Amino acid sequence: MTLDFSTPAHYLLALLPEIVLSVWATVVLLAGVWKGGATSAPRAGSGNLAVLAMVGVLAAAFANGWLYGLTPGQGSTMIAVDRFHLFANWIFLLAAMLALAISPAYVRRQRLQEGEFHALVLFATVGMMLMGGTRDLIVIFLALEVMSISAYVLSGFNRRDPKSAESGLKYFLLGAFSTGFLLYGIALVYGATGSTNLGLIALAIGSDAAVAGLLHIGIALLAIGFAFKVSAIPFHMWTPDVYEGAPSPVTAFMSASVKAAAFIAFARVFLVGFGGIPESWYAIGWWLAALTMVIANVIALAQTNVKRLLAYSSIAHAGYLLVAIVALNQNATAGLLFYLLVYTAMNIGAFAVILCVSGHSEERLGLHRYAGLGARHPALAVCLTIFLLSLAGFPGTGGFMGKIFILQGAAEAGLWILSVIFVLTTVVSYYYYLRIAWYMWMREAAESGEADPVTVPLTMRFAMGAAVAVVIGLGVFPGGGVGFARAGAEGLLTAGALLLGAAP
Amino acid sequence: MTSLLQAVAFDSWILHVLLWGPMAAMLHVLLEDEERSGHIAFGWTLALFVVSLGLWWSFTVGDPGFQMASSVPWIEAWGVHYALGIDGISLFMVLLSCFTAPITILGSFRYITRRRKSFYALMLLLQTGIIGVFTALDLMLFYVFFELTLVPMYFIVGVWGGKRRIYAAVKFFLYTAVGSLLMLVGILYLYAATAGAGDGSFAYLDILGVSLSMREQLWLFAAFALAFSIKVPLFPFHTWLPDAHVEAPTPGSVVLAAILLKMGTYGFLRFLLPFFPAASQHPSVVTVMMVLGTAGIVYAAWVAAVQPDAKKLVAYTSVAHMGFVVIGIFALTLNGIQGGLVVMISHGISTGALFLILGMLYERRHTRLTGEFGGLARVAPMLALALVITALASIGLPGTSGFVGEFLALLGTFETHPVTAVIATSGVIFAAYYMLPMVQRVLFNELDREENRSMPDLSRREIFILSPMVALMIVIGVAPTPILERMEPSVEAILERVHTTPPAEEAADS
Repeated sequence: MTLDFSTPAHYLLALLPEIVLSVWATVVLLAGVWKGGATSAPRAGSGNLAVLAMVGVLAAAFANGWLYGLTPGQGSTMIAVDRFHLFANWIFLLAAMLALAISPAYVRRQRLQEGEFHALVLFATVGMMLMGGTRDLIVIFLALEVMSISAYVLSGFNRRDPKSAESGLKYFLLGAFSTGFLLYGIALVYGATGSTNLGLIALAIGSDAAVAGLLHIGIALLAIGFAFKVSAIPFHMWTPDVYEGAPSPVTAFMSASVKAAAFIAFARVFLVGFGGIPESWYAIGWWLAALTMVIANVIALAQTNVKRLLAYSSIAHAGYLLVAIVALNQNATAGLLFYLLVYTAMNIGAFAVILCVSGHSEERLGLHRYAGLGARHPALAVCLTIFLLSLAGFPGTGGFMGKIFILQGAAEAGLWILSVIFVLTTVVSYYYYLRIAWYMWMREAAESGEADPVTVPLTMRFAMGAAVAVVIGLGVFPGGGVGFARAGAEGLLTAGALLLGAAP
Repeated sequence: MTSLLQAVAFDSWILHVLLWGPMAAMLHVLLEDEERSGHIAFGWTLALFVVSLGLWWSFTVGDPGFQMASSVPWIEAWGVHYALGIDGISLFMVLLSCFTAPITILGSFRYITRRRKSFYALMLLLQTGIIGVFTALDLMLFYVFFELTLVPMYFIVGVWGGKRRIYAAVKFFLYTAVGSLLMLVGILYLYAATAGAGDGSFAYLDILGVSLSMREQLWLFAAFALAFSIKVPLFPFHTWLPDAHVEAPTPGSVVLAAILLKMGTYGFLRFLLPFFPAASQHPSVVTVMMVLGTAGIVYAAWVAAVQPDAKKLVAYTSVAHMGFVVIGIFALTLNGIQGGLVVMISHGISTGALFLILGMLYERRHTRLTGEFGGLARVAPMLALALVITALASIGLPGTSGFVGEFLALLGTFETHPVTAVIATSGVIFAAYYMLPMVQRVLFNELDREENRSMPDLSRREIFILSPMVALMIVIGVAPTPILERMEPSVEAILERVHTTPPAEEAADS
């Protein structure tokens, strides 16, 4: 069946995963209300809403798989049913699945409103999927808002905890600020090219019909807006505070998929929309990538709070991923997709362990709390070690293959200096990832109170197992993932090339 | 023997078994209970060593190419292959690794007392990495194994090591990682260069076919040489080594000295010389390597001479011995490289044995300071005999393996770089200057400490550990020809490539 958007029904089909998930999110919301609002005491069986939400994610995944059977029509429609969109959906659905699996125990402990919490995760996911699936700047903006507002609420969700409230407020203010840049950029690009459709923008740029001055300022503003969203240095200041204050399941979710969504949209806008004039943003991207890699990795060395450490690690990863965007070729774009997939699994996995160790209301976040974890909870420590090795990019893990993939793209583009910065900052990152490992395995726990019981609920085990499977699977046999990611990148870039080829 | 091996199609499975056998053993150890873990690990590695002996007969003497080679696509999209094979150079590295593994594991029975299961699992994982490094014929595969050896070693030093173990483990890890990640960029450059016509490839033979200009060769040489020089370790990149050796538990030191250091010089021979022939004989490059190698020999000898800690002393002798290997290789003569290879084997056996003996002393007295001992020859004659022979082999006394290697390496160096050879030869004298006083302080002198009077001699297990090593030192020293004749064709092939492959013309635009 060919999807040519000749009838409105085609739009519904093209958005099937998003629609399924939206409807399901509403169902989860209603089910939460049905069971009663804020619970006064932990109740038995209250993980059910999370399971219900996970079923919705599975349904959306089926819909996403079904879309592979359709032939997307060519053209510059608002909705892109290309492999890029579909691959991005896998990333977001995986992130949602893992985040839902690690949250129930926390939600119950903190007596949060389950229905709202899980529904917001799903709504945020819908926003991400739309962000990855549209070719129109306006829709990108709308989707971004759907995602961001859900994320603002989620990060401030534990309102009894001042840190969480602070995190929500900071995230909201800086998020709104950065959205302003994006909107201004969109407006200027529209003014310069006469369209908000990326394909038409590329056409206008290709045929020299764009107003150069406006366009360049617009591109720069868009770049800043996206740099905020992916937390590239120097637009990263909100990240450590927000990640530290937000509830750990939310931090896991945000640091993986909100960042992924921003990168997916970043890639589509810049590669398809502005791929014709890389000289206008190449230097911005180059410096953003270099600064982010160097500064984030160096600051991370000094962190003693595990959540903050991983916050800086996530900023550093934004730097690696920016290299893929600057490289501007198919291999690098495929590397971006592949890396985001692995990153989602390893980052949420690491946060899952942190959540298990952190105790009742996340009071055990200091590095010293990890002393002797290997002796007390070997399974958790092994999992965390695997995730850390993958974050560090060690052979045998998906993180290594992701880094190789991006470096290949960078090599193809001749970005040698950036590649050298990439690998040297990776060595720096080894230090802080290994530091957690050495606390876990090479130090004995101090006597008092360190041996608090750690419970690992069933869904959490599922999440960790799945994350380990993804990380090791993609690390040992990356072939399938590489093929999918390449098809995704091809979907994105050939669409752009076709449009450019069609220019008069 | 040969016909038996042919009948069981030995060539087709041996390398895969040696590579994945330790991994299977690791799973076995993890599934069994703690008490039996050491015996299981020993059983597996001993069996694998026995099987690996077949390589000696099934290896075709006179064939310079890769034997028992096989290649299956691993990551097809990137042109990465699971390609294994050995030639006259890797043959001995594989045999040495398989020989060392059961000995090391037997040697850890008394030394390692906590978390034994994890320890043996990591040792076996390390073994897989080691065999992978020496057999991989695909650069990505090689890199994966090269890095894979880091993680188990990091934990072995960091968990079972001495007081400053964490510092030593992290230093070891970061030093090695800096070099190897820069090499990774170099590997990707080569990969991009093979992609000229169509899909790129990481296969060793495909990369040999790439033609590089002088400038490219020098840059890539620098990236690869840094990685391998840190691993060797070549002066002045050696500072991680004394720390790692002193802090590591005995088995960790043995594997580190006997095998892991050889990865560096193996990398020189396998990758640097054949890939970048023009850079390898560039006068400045050769001068730098010669100077650093000689500096390592002389400097390490002096530093070793003043160490009160016997383990640190032996650690520095490693730097000195590896210096001989480096000058031998960069002399670019048949004798030099063959000598270097024999030093690699000899150093693996003798230094491994030295660390084991020091470990045995440490188990008895919980100290490694030479001043704490004295007169041991009277109470522990077997131990004294082993230590004397090993120390003499380490010094390079004629009739031991050390002599063959160092003599050939110096001879080869003298053919092209007489001055370097003369200076380096002084290292042999210095070796006697630091090693013999150590032996004297430990074994002879007065038996003036009460604790030493009751020191038990070698147990049967310890005799079983040391006797094959001592025997090999003497056998290689007396009859090195079977080893040399197996190496010679492969070494000559490398030399021919270095001397006859001109660099590509500089691209006009670069």
